[in-house]
Amino acid sequence: MARIVGGLATSHVPAVGAAIDLGKTQTDHWKPLFDGYEPAQQWLARVNPDVIVLVYNDHATAFSLEIIPTFGIGVAEHFPPADEGWGPRPVPTVEGHAELAWHLSESLIFDEFDMTMINEMPVDHGLTVPLSLTCGKDSRCEAPERWPHRVVPISVNVVQYPPPTGKRCYDLGRAIRKAIEAYHEDLSIVVYGTGGMSLELHGERVGLINREWDTAFLDDLTRDPERLQSIPFIEYVRETGAEGIELVMWLIMRGALGDDARELYRHYHIPASNTASGLIVLEPAA
Amino acid sequence: MSEQDQFDDIPGTYLFDRHRSRQGYHLNMFFFSLMKEENREAFLADEEGYLDRFPMTPEQRQCVLDRDWLRMIKLGGNIYYMSKFGATLGRSFQYMAGAMSGVTQEEYAAMMKRGGRSIAGNRSKSEGN
Repeated sequence: MARIVGGLATSHVPAVGAAIDLGKTQTDHWKPLFDGYEPAQQWLARVNPDVIVLVYNDHATAFSLEIIPTFGIGVAEHFPPADEGWGPRPVPTVEGHAELAWHLSESLIFDEFDMTMINEMPVDHGLTVPLSLTCGKDSRCEAPERWPHRVVPISVNVVQYPPPTGKRCYDLGRAIRKAIEAYHEDLSIVVYGTGGMSLELHGERVGLINREWDTAFLDDLTRDPERLQSIPFIEYVRETGAEGIELVMWLIMRGALGDDARELYRHYHIPASNTASGLIVLEPAA
Repeated sequence: MSEQDQFDDIPGTYLFDRHRSRQGYHLNMFFFSLMKEENREAFLADEEGYLDRFPMTPEQRQCVLDRDWLRMIKLGGNIYYMSKFGATLGRSFQYMAGAMSGVTQEEYAAMMKRGGRSIAGNRSKSEGN
């Protein structure tokens, strides 16, 4: 039987990927952000999961307005880093876990979450930046030759309105937990939620930061996840920026941890390019 | 207040809803095409000719040629699509952010370093909070 041994949520800012790729992590500007990831890297190395179920959103990369899947799951063996307009990031190809991904698809769909199954999917910064931050080497975040963990990508539409609700995301997380616990092989799994936090990327209000709101969100991942599930779309937009809605993906991770979770670590840094960068590590309560 | 009115009451943000998605479809598909190196080269070699491939409105076409980033958003562009155009021109998110908010990239970066744009006064046009 497979089991979930931890959860991690982090922002997935493209400029953070660029800072890693261009060797700027040790500059005065960037170092405080990257230093904050070292404890999470050490935790992940210690837990050493077989698989990361990584919830992220595609940013008009693998998907466009042609097809807009609300929830997708990568069922392939490999996912190449995408060319987002400046060439692919120089990081290893992401290795999937097709057997587990197909099992999750079946279990989730019979549990009434109608996933889109995806075999061909280049993965953009939404997926590769969290891997660099948590599987890279120390605060430089240099990628290893191969990623140390297999990854099952779960994609969520948060670009085209309407995105799924926070409650729907939380419930999907619960269904992922149920599916994982029914898997035949003994795998240890960490679930990632990514994106956010305060994130207004366009218009005259670009660069909006709401530290107080973000802090309450981090607090309530363990104290009051019920409240987080009921935050309406309009509140994310008003309080954190239009792209702050990415935070619903953190709720999938939270839902997968079960009713009670314990916070092991957090890091919050302003600015990461246009945004507030957040990181939290949780473990399910015993 | 209806949900639409609540969105419209938030200052300086442009929800990518069904209206903007329909309005901006060809503009965004132009941006999306720039994910491919050969298309970036073709665009940079002949902007007008390349834009002929996409049936966008004259206003949308003009704001592409003018690099009018905020107007691209107002005419249905989505930031994640637009970022491909920025990348094609060697422009970062921070550059586009400065341009959209009417300051230089340096001024914008300095604001972010000071903690970003305050939420105070930026929640609601009608309530001014």
